[in-house]
Amino acid sequence: MIVGNHLVKRYPGGFEAIQDLSFEINGGEMVFISGHSGAGKTTLLKLLGAIERPTSGSLLVNGQNLMALRRHALPYLRRNLGLVFQDQKLLFDRSALENVLLPLEIIGLPPKEAQRRACAALDKVGLLAREKARPIALSGGEQQRLAIARAVVNRPTLLLADEPTANLDPDSARQVMGLFVAFNQVGVTVAIVTHAPQEMPPHPVRRLLLNHGRLAA
Amino acid sequence: MKTWLRQHLTALRRALRRLWRSPLNTFLSLLVIGIAMTLPAAGYVFLDNLKTLGHNATGAQQISLFMQPDLERATLQETIRQLEARLPDQWRFVPREEALERLKASEDMAEIVASLPQNPLPDAFIIEPLDARPEALETLRETLATLPGVSHAQLDSAWVKRFDAFLQLGRLAVNLLAAVFAVGLIAVTFNTIRLQVLAQADEIEVARLIGATDAFIRRPFYYSGLLQGALGGVVATLLLFSGLTVLKTPVAQLAALYGSLSGLAPWSLPLLPLIGAILGWLGAQLSVSLALRQGE
Repeated sequence: MIVGNHLVKRYPGGFEAIQDLSFEINGGEMVFISGHSGAGKTTLLKLLGAIERPTSGSLLVNGQNLMALRRHALPYLRRNLGLVFQDQKLLFDRSALENVLLPLEIIGLPPKEAQRRACAALDKVGLLAREKARPIALSGGEQQRLAIARAVVNRPTLLLADEPTANLDPDSARQVMGLFVAFNQVGVTVAIVTHAPQEMPPHPVRRLLLNHGRLAA
Repeated sequence: MKTWLRQHLTALRRALRRLWRSPLNTFLSLLVIGIAMTLPAAGYVFLDNLKTLGHNATGAQQISLFMQPDLERATLQETIRQLEARLPDQWRFVPREEALERLKASEDMAEIVASLPQNPLPDAFIIEPLDARPEALETLRETLATLPGVSHAQLDSAWVKRFDAFLQLGRLAVNLLAAVFAVGLIAVTFNTIRLQVLAQADEIEVARLIGATDAFIRRPFYYSGLLQGALGGVVATLLLFSGLTVLKTPVAQLAALYGSLSGLAPWSLPLLPLIGAILGWLGAQLSVSLALRQGE
C-alpha cells in the first residue's frame, strides 16, 4: 500500500524535516505516526497525501511513485485518498451536506447518486440529522466527524488524518477515533498522526515513532 | 461526455450564484462594462449613418465624360450602347446644345457665351454610379476613359475623397477607442475575478486537496467572466437602443433631408453580448491563471 525508501524532505533554508526514512504500511493496517513536536509527523503525512513532494528517495502510494507523478496526475491520486486535517478545512458558507457533496461534484457523480452517497457518509458519522447545518453551528467533535464524512465519501482505500483529535474533548476524541477504527475494520488503511499516543484505541494498531525526521521505533 | 456536461452545468450554476450573491457589485460591474462597450458601439453607429448620409447627398459622386468635338453619330451610338450595357440607368446624355443653353441661363456667363462665334462645348455624359466607394469610382473613371469617342473622363471626387478620408479618420479613432475600452473591459473582469478568487481561496485550497483538477477550479471563474461580459454587452445594447430612441426625432428630421438613416440592425443585436462574453472570458482566463499560480 505505502512504501517509503530513504525518504528525505528538505525545506528551503536547508532544514531536513524527514531524514533517510524507510518504512512500509500494508493494506488494511492502522498506523499511528507519533513523535515529539517537530519530529516530522505532519511532513510525513503531507508526503503521503501528495501535498508535498519528497526531496529525494522514493515513495509508493497505492502503487504510484509520487516522485515520478506528474502535476496533472495528482488530483486523480488524491481522489483515492481520504484526508482529515487538524483544522478540518470545512467550507463555512456551505451546509454539512454540501461539504460532503464537494468531492463527489469533483468526480462528476450524477446529483441523485451523489446525494445518496453523501447522506450515507453523514449517517456513518452520525450527522445525518444535521445535514442542513452550517459547520459554524456544529461542535468541534461534530466538525471533525463532518471532515471524516467528506474524507470517506469517495470510498478511499487510504485514510490519512493529521492530529484529528487534537482540539477535542475526551468524549468527542473517543467518538472520532472510533470512526477511524470502524473504517479500518472494513478494510480501509488508516494512518493517523498524533502527538498523544495514549489515544491509541484498543484495536490492533502499529506505531511509527519519529525522532528528528528519522524512525525511532 | 455526460460527466463533462454535468460539470459545466454545475460550474455555470455556481457562477450565476456568485453574481446573484453580490447584486450591488454585479450591477456596478455590468454598468461599467456596459458603458465601456456603448461608447465605441455608438461611434460605429454614428459613422455608419454618416457614411449613408454622405452617399445619399445628391451629386456627390459623378463622373463626367466629355466627348471629342465633331464626333461621328455612329461612335456616339456605340458609346451609348456600351454605357447602357455597363451602367444601366446610371447615366444621362447632355448634348452640347443643352450645355450651351444652361451656360447661357447662368447670369454671369450669358454675355460671354453670346459673344462666342460658335459653341465650344462638347457632348457629355453624366454618370452617377451606384457603387460610390472612392476606389471603385476611380477604377470606373479609368475604364470609361477608354470608351470610343471619349476625350476626357473627369471624376468629381474631391468632396467624396475628403469625406471618405474623414470617415477613415473617424473609423480609426473609433477603432482605437474600441481597443482602449476592450482593454478596460478585460481589466474590469480581471479585477472582479481576482477578487472572487481571493474570496474563494479556502474553497480552492480544499478542492485541490480532495482531488479537484485545475479545470474544475477554473471553470466557474471562466463562466463568471463570460457571463459578466455577455450581460455587460446586453446592458450596452440597451443603452445604445435607448440613446437611439431618444435621438429618433432629430434623426428623423435629418432623414427627411438626406434619405433614410439607420439605427441598430437586427443582426447586430447579439454582437455586443458576444464580444463582451469573449473579452470577459479572456479577462477571467488571465486573472485565474495569475491568481492560481500565485496561490500555489
